[in-house]
Amino acid sequence: MTDKQLRVSKIENGTVIDHVHGGQALNVLAILGIDGSGGEQVSIGMNVPSDTLATKDVVKVEGRELSQDEVDVLSLIAPDATINIVREYDVVEKHRVDRPETVTGVLSCPNHNCITNADEPVETRFAVLRDGVRCEFCEQIVREDIANHIGGD
Amino acid sequence: MRHDHLLTANQLTREDIELVLDRAAEVDANPASFGQRHAGTLLGLCFFEPSTRTKMSFEAAMKRLGGDVVDMGSVDSSSVKKGESLADTVRVVEGYTDALVLRHPLMGAAKMASEFVDVPLVNAGDGAGHHPTQTLLDLYTIRENAGLDDLTIGIMGDLKYGRTVHSLATALTNFDATQHFVSPESLKLPRSVRYDLHEAGATVREHTDIEEVLPQLDVLYVTRIQRERFPDENEYHRIAGEYQIDAGTLQAASDDLTVMHPLPRVDEIAPEIDGTDYARYFEQAHNGVPVRMALLDLLLEDSA
Repeated sequence: MTDKQLRVSKIENGTVIDHVHGGQALNVLAILGIDGSGGEQVSIGMNVPSDTLATKDVVKVEGRELSQDEVDVLSLIAPDATINIVREYDVVEKHRVDRPETVTGVLSCPNHNCITNADEPVETRFAVLRDGVRCEFCEQIVREDIANHIGGD
Repeated sequence: MRHDHLLTANQLTREDIELVLDRAAEVDANPASFGQRHAGTLLGLCFFEPSTRTKMSFEAAMKRLGGDVVDMGSVDSSSVKKGESLADTVRVVEGYTDALVLRHPLMGAAKMASEFVDVPLVNAGDGAGHHPTQTLLDLYTIRENAGLDDLTIGIMGDLKYGRTVHSLATALTNFDATQHFVSPESLKLPRSVRYDLHEAGATVREHTDIEEVLPQLDVLYVTRIQRERFPDENEYHRIAGEYQIDAGTLQAASDDLTVMHPLPRVDEIAPEIDGTDYARYFEQAHNGVPVRMALLDLLLEDSA
């Protein structure tokens, strides 16, 4: 795809999250805790034609370099994502997401009888399995629609 | 013992289990030698749900080790009623005691509480989660009566919500045991326990009818099907009735069958079984004291 075809403009400094499965861009922002209140410029391309995926989403965050730990939680919903760190319009680092062993404070437990859903001073913590995640407190396994459980408070 | 706390059965290795059961056998053989082992030690009992056997046997165990207990009392008479968090409660009680026993209605409560305290914490039941000390006394009873290897066990009743079942099934994966699960369709094992059994490579069979499997069993572990699991009273009576054991049922069983139940029972096991050689559920309940003495002894020994 040439620059002319790009629907979202290049960024000067920041992070481009590419090859996100079509329709998951808003979940990517949610899982990273980016809701615009931090003042970052955020551009989103949704359902863009892709060579490797039928359609893909692209997320660009200006002025913020996401850490490897931050982007690894993306593996839960965007396992094929690539992360480009951009400085002065050039890609200086390119990463794939790795599956972390645990994700903390990102997902809420769907089990209403889990202690993390009571009014206790504890962050949610999920072990990442081959095909889902598991609450480290109540041991409930979540395989389907993980993005629906984003929001670990 | 390698662990600071006992929270779930998943954390127990075969070595851990045998360490506790061997120590319990020592207690059984010579209880007097343990009588002053933990003189001056205070155990905190934090029971956020009613309990008879578990609470009394922990109290008896600590006192028979020479120590004593302090009891939070019922939730209604405690600061929990004022809205105190569990995290705060255990941090306060930790300052009064040398170890804590916690029962709570929410799953994962013990795991969370353990992250706020430094003294050993024992899970005495967390909602529909785990009940690992019940499992240790179950395993002790099985070892005494049938042996833990080359074991064929049937676990029957409420497998979905029964925390004693979840912990026992998980712990048995450490041994050469074939597990037959017998329940109504609506009360089959939860996904989390199936996952653990699968990951451990356990030999597992599922049934809806006890008659399919009864003749093969060395041990039949019966649990209570609770009324509140069914929206309809008639449905409850119809289904619960299919998972009750009486003398007629056991005609198809091996003479060496051991029948167990974590108690309390309602009508899952007919009283006519109580006087037979099959019945081991009162012995099982009595084993709660030496097994909990052994566990406390090991945990306190390591935290001293």
